[in-house]
Amino acid sequence: MTATAQPVDTHCPYCALQCGMSLHGSTVRPREFPANRGGLCQKGWTAGELLAPERRLTVPLVRVDGELRPASWATALDLVAARIADIQAAHGRDAVAVFGGGGLTNEKSYLLGKFARVALGTSQVDYNGRFCMSSAAAAGLAAFGMDRGMPFPVTDLDDADVILLAGTNPAETMPPLMSHFTRARLIVVDPRRTATAERAALHLRPAPGTDLALALGMLHAVVADGHLRSDYVTDRTTGFAEAWRIAAAWWPERAERVTGVAAADQRAAVAMLASAGRAYLLTGRGSEQHATGVDMVGGWINLALALGLPGRRGCGYGCVTGQGNGQGGREHGQKADQLPGYRRIDDPAARRHVAGVWGVEPDSLPGPGRSAYELLDALGRPGGPRSLLVFGSNPVVSAPNAGRVTDRLSDMDLLMVADVVLSETAARADVVFPVTQWAEESGTMTNLEGRILLRRPAVVPPGEVRSDLDVLQGLAVRLGQPAHRFPTDPEAVFTELARASRGGMADYSGISYRRLRAGHALHWPVPAADHPGTPRPFLDAFAHPDGRARFAPVDHTGPAEPPDDEFPLRATTGRVLAQYQSGAQTRRIAELTAVAGAVFVEVHPDTAQRAGVTDGDQALVTSRRGTVRARVRCVPSMRTDVVFLPFHFPGDQRANLLTNPALDPTSRMPEFKVCAVRLEPVPVPA
Amino acid sequence: MRGAVGAGAGAGVTGRVTIVGYGMAGARLAEEIRRLDPAGDPVELTVVGAEPDRAYNRVLLSDVLTGALSAASVRLHDDRWPAASRVDLRLDVRVTGIDRDLRTVALSDGTSVDYDALVLATGALPWLPPVDGLAGDDGCPAPGVYTFRSLRDCATIRARIRPGAPVAVLGGGLLGLEVARGVAARGGRVTVVHPGDTLMERQLDATAGRVLASALERCGVEFRLGVPAARYLPGDGLKLADGTMVAADLVIVSAGVRPDVTLAAAAALVIDGGVRVDDCLRTSDPRIHAIGDCAYHSGAVSGQVAPAWDQARTLASLLTGTAPAARYHGTPVVTRLKARDIDVTVVGDGRADGPRADVVRVEDATGGRYAKLVVRDGRVAGAVLVGLPDAAATITQLYDQAAPVPADRLAVLLGRALPADAGGASIGALPGEALICRCNSVAKGRLVSAWRSGASDVPALAEATRAGTGCGGCRAALGDLVDWLAAAG
Repeated sequence: MTATAQPVDTHCPYCALQCGMSLHGSTVRPREFPANRGGLCQKGWTAGELLAPERRLTVPLVRVDGELRPASWATALDLVAARIADIQAAHGRDAVAVFGGGGLTNEKSYLLGKFARVALGTSQVDYNGRFCMSSAAAAGLAAFGMDRGMPFPVTDLDDADVILLAGTNPAETMPPLMSHFTRARLIVVDPRRTATAERAALHLRPAPGTDLALALGMLHAVVADGHLRSDYVTDRTTGFAEAWRIAAAWWPERAERVTGVAAADQRAAVAMLASAGRAYLLTGRGSEQHATGVDMVGGWINLALALGLPGRRGCGYGCVTGQGNGQGGREHGQKADQLPGYRRIDDPAARRHVAGVWGVEPDSLPGPGRSAYELLDALGRPGGPRSLLVFGSNPVVSAPNAGRVTDRLSDMDLLMVADVVLSETAARADVVFPVTQWAEESGTMTNLEGRILLRRPAVVPPGEVRSDLDVLQGLAVRLGQPAHRFPTDPEAVFTELARASRGGMADYSGISYRRLRAGHALHWPVPAADHPGTPRPFLDAFAHPDGRARFAPVDHTGPAEPPDDEFPLRATTGRVLAQYQSGAQTRRIAELTAVAGAVFVEVHPDTAQRAGVTDGDQALVTSRRGTVRARVRCVPSMRTDVVFLPFHFPGDQRANLLTNPALDPTSRMPEFKVCAVRLEPVPVPA
Repeated sequence: MRGAVGAGAGAGVTGRVTIVGYGMAGARLAEEIRRLDPAGDPVELTVVGAEPDRAYNRVLLSDVLTGALSAASVRLHDDRWPAASRVDLRLDVRVTGIDRDLRTVALSDGTSVDYDALVLATGALPWLPPVDGLAGDDGCPAPGVYTFRSLRDCATIRARIRPGAPVAVLGGGLLGLEVARGVAARGGRVTVVHPGDTLMERQLDATAGRVLASALERCGVEFRLGVPAARYLPGDGLKLADGTMVAADLVIVSAGVRPDVTLAAAAALVIDGGVRVDDCLRTSDPRIHAIGDCAYHSGAVSGQVAPAWDQARTLASLLTGTAPAARYHGTPVVTRLKARDIDVTVVGDGRADGPRADVVRVEDATGGRYAKLVVRDGRVAGAVLVGLPDAAATITQLYDQAAPVPADRLAVLLGRALPADAGGASIGALPGEALICRCNSVAKGRLVSAWRSGASDVPALAEATRAGTGCGGCRAALGDLVDWLAAAG
């Protein structure tokens, strides 16, 4: 690692808030930036340690006699390309699959999708953002005709009077966001009394998996208590009658029985939102990561629409995107059903346009492939892919039903991983490429408010580290593609991405590195080089052809796996402040593991006592799919029917050994947020 | 073969299901059947409704009475529903008879409908107590007397309530109180006349009844308890058994309902507090089922919608053949008064104490709050909760899930477990390991050390420990800490 002479302004490597920071060598300093206003959490402060050569991969690794051993780039690329060619020759193009990540830059996600469709010709490409944002994306598209996470700058929240946060815990997951909530009174919807809920004026505590019943009860209260914005509903929306027909059957007292949230509190929350001059409703993974996640988000959007929030200055609905490039990563074609610019791969016009930019025949582009969990689940099985190329993802820890996914990953002809660190997934690979990370490269990220940010290199990567773009070009050329089709210069890739996105929903065609270097604050769509960007896209009209937002006719059905005698508790999973996602990066930082170094299970003291365990004990949490060994943490504010586990930890500490891969029919989002479990003491050895 | 239709009733059945009644139970059954069998294969569905209009949500009638909801907004279905749901809907038609041998029902328009499975969802009829003058010779309410059961009743009553005009509500049960609250909200001067000493005496004990009455009195509702009405005097009101008068321009009767078993009785089905059904919702004729208020099942309480909907779900599973083993075993009883600003919840049998019962009681008459929790074998056996919405929500869930009651029962009744640090301990009193800056995991002890090493103000503490550099939410606490340390010297 060689530092630049001067500190370089960049952004944090972790979440979608993309806090501004400056970096000199590995020394982080906070930097004034609208999203974080000079604030950083402990993850951001310690991010520089990721750059230390001893914490990261520095040479390609190839498995020889069961062991990963250093190899040259040429050897490793030759090996992977030859195996791909053999596998595809024997089993067809779809026998090779690609798995991307929401932390990859726009350039990498774009080129990865192109690589899959053009160089591999496979339809089997998806990414871990399927596990994060897919439900919010599908619900946003259905309601507004466009999925621009937060369709307003995050600084708009500074002036809010009331904000409802449904299933999001920013006090732990993106702490500097809380600095935008100092004025607003918060209504927090969460089964747990989280750090965010502690700041709430009103905390609504539904049973896990019942968020939609709560949203329906509240929509009912909006109407019955006289808060419906009829003028707005008439002028700017369609579909209210059908949505109301369902919500009419969810009077708050009935919703109370299902959710455990008092009818009086539902009414109070609605009254707070309705009487506020400036009100916002934000959703997070808590409401989205369900087998009915799209409907759940639809229920919250219905509530926002009935109150007349979306598309009005000073009000709004948004989702709080999670991963660093969780927004950009879902726009440029690493998703199974998608082409760059947020286009659909089954749309003939989209195929023609993108194929034109790529210089290939539209018919040569494959159709939609399997979604993330379905893809992982099909690996090595009849008709499924026999090889997986992973970029910036760690599904061994982060996928639902992780035990099963790990089995599938072990049952393949080729597993290739490109990553910064030797993640749990990389450790199982046949070939591992060491690739550049945030401060070692150029690249753009699109943050949670849809603003495109340019990250600049602050250090020279150590050892043999190269960009993911080099991996893609190296493989593409070996698979017979011309080198110029897979540029390795990020700016060249971005220029092509901008062209490919032209005319799409996420139109980046007016964005250039030049404008970003000049400090332009550009929120997409930016359809021309002189266009100022679109910080608030819905003020005049929503993105559907008729300009109206759509109410969703959604009803509550409940969790896919209700508790029973054998598994009487509901487990919910989530995050802690000092770890990020699968922990592949943050578990390598001593200061963070000192704060949160191992999995724990939060449980009500009575529930612990009944299970025969006490605070500090190791205990077993078991679902139909697996068992986690976790330290008991008794928390009196927990519901007695719920346990909570963070999912950042490896091996038999993986909370995702428990989770249920039941998928949402539209978004294919797994049900991470609720499954049935039991809690037991660790058996004493005989 | 046990047929898909007829709930295991016999061989060779095909899919003609006829539902008699288009109220909340009948409408829900039709929806559930179409949810499980959207294509109409195997079930061909006919619904016969006696009223001319589309079904509506009866639970919301008290909101219609107050004007909170319009009549249109409580309709269960729109005009497109029958076609979109492949339902042959016959409105404004009564079933005049059932021929169990031919498996056909005769309709008042002269037509008939065949069935393989017949479902009675005929509901209940309001009961008029034997008060002189209340009913005309035809048994219908006399002029000025109204029942509160249908959307039409609701519209009639709404049109007749004048601000300040006296209204009497006959019956202090759940529905009567909701109506009284609604009339008061519309400006009527309302008196509830109830023969018992306690309001909602099927559910409440005497203390709870008194607390509830006080709460309603604060909303402008007056009461005459413990004395039955003796005579209705049109234009004047009700004369009570003790000789006193309750002035009333109109009298709303809410003295309970009786299952409508006319058709079932004529068809010689077994009647026992309603049309008797088994766990398959079958009557004494296995091809005829009954659900909702007209049915009697030992596990259900009539007059509530939850059992009717549970029954509809079970029966739909049976009739479509999607879950032939489905059975209805009853619905846990939770009674909830729906009246603005008055929170009453009764779970299970809140009056029962008895042996082995562990009873916790909290009474705060001045505050309008009363709670009684009956625990048996560690589970909620019953509860009565007035003015405690949080506790009601929690206890209802414990009851529905048959989950163990937390050890601290008083905390359950108070609704929220108080966090250990509630009460805002001063910064000086916090232990060294107390987290001050969550964003950067900085505990009080580290801040104190940093202060002793010379970081004597908030910016210096931030520089030394990063405290306050995340969301900034702890900066006030850091200021307090600096002041406390300075004062302590």
